[in-house]
Amino acid sequence: VTALAFYYLAAVTIVSGVLTITLRSPVHCGLALVAMLVHMAGFFVLLNAEFIAAVQVIVYAGAILVLYLFVIMLLNLKSDERVFHKRYIGIGLITIAIIAQAAVLILRSPFGGLTGEATPDVVLGVGQTKAIGIVMFRDYLLPFELIGVYLLAAIVGAIVLAKTPAMAARPPEPPSTGADDGNGASEPAPEPPAETVGAHHGGHGH
Amino acid sequence: MEITLTHYLVVSTIIFSLGLLGVLIRRNFIIVLMAVEMMLNAANLNLVAFSHHLHSLTGQMVALFTIAIAAGEAAVGLAIIVVIFRNKIATNVDQINVLKW
Repeated sequence: VTALAFYYLAAVTIVSGVLTITLRSPVHCGLALVAMLVHMAGFFVLLNAEFIAAVQVIVYAGAILVLYLFVIMLLNLKSDERVFHKRYIGIGLITIAIIAQAAVLILRSPFGGLTGEATPDVVLGVGQTKAIGIVMFRDYLLPFELIGVYLLAAIVGAIVLAKTPAMAARPPEPPSTGADDGNGASEPAPEPPAETVGAHHGGHGH
Repeated sequence: MEITLTHYLVVSTIIFSLGLLGVLIRRNFIIVLMAVEMMLNAANLNLVAFSHHLHSLTGQMVALFTIAIAAGEAAVGLAIIVVIFRNKIATNVDQINVLKW
């Protein structure tokens, strides 16, 4: 049963991964990515990592993909007629061949190493979530706090980046150039780049 | 047939290669970010598989941190896409070459 589940998950994961990078419409790519991430959570269940599987479904399929779909639908993206870099396909395939070669070399080597004390019996006796919580707050407390700071910085950065430029550009000067004056939202002097851009466009037009 | 660590590593390698190929050949910025997420997920699968194989919970901890970093990266990347789309109507990575020398 485990082998059957593994092969099902592997097949669906790889097929949805291929669909993610080959479909034309970004919405379809996002939906294929959802399928891939959910089946990846199935792998984590097979590996006795139920907490990681739950976090994977909640964070990736629940939050990140909703963010992607919001941005895709908000920006009303059209699919380009030229989807692929034709000249990079060769480079990409060569790179993947090198990676496959390295992977074969790695797979031939025996996996030794020091085994820890968290055998499946111990983990299942304590409970997987409790075991990982103990490890997180006892051994990895500082990285955990740093991740919290990182997420705060990411939130602040995303808000600052995506802030509407009208609010940022109002203090230096009155908004006389219109709504599409979005150049340099966080610059101290947003007007000169816009003027030079406009001058360039005018010059090309004449 | 027993599922060993090698099976998981093969799947992880395939997913990582697909993500790398997607980063290299796609033109749409959002799909490039999705391919980056695929590569991060392949790394997660590797980490959890080794964690299971070596009976240690450290790999799962690092996988959790990777998920958090992927969330932050997606938020900042999508904010950058929104800004670029607002300034000039382009989500094609070939047209976004201001930082390229």
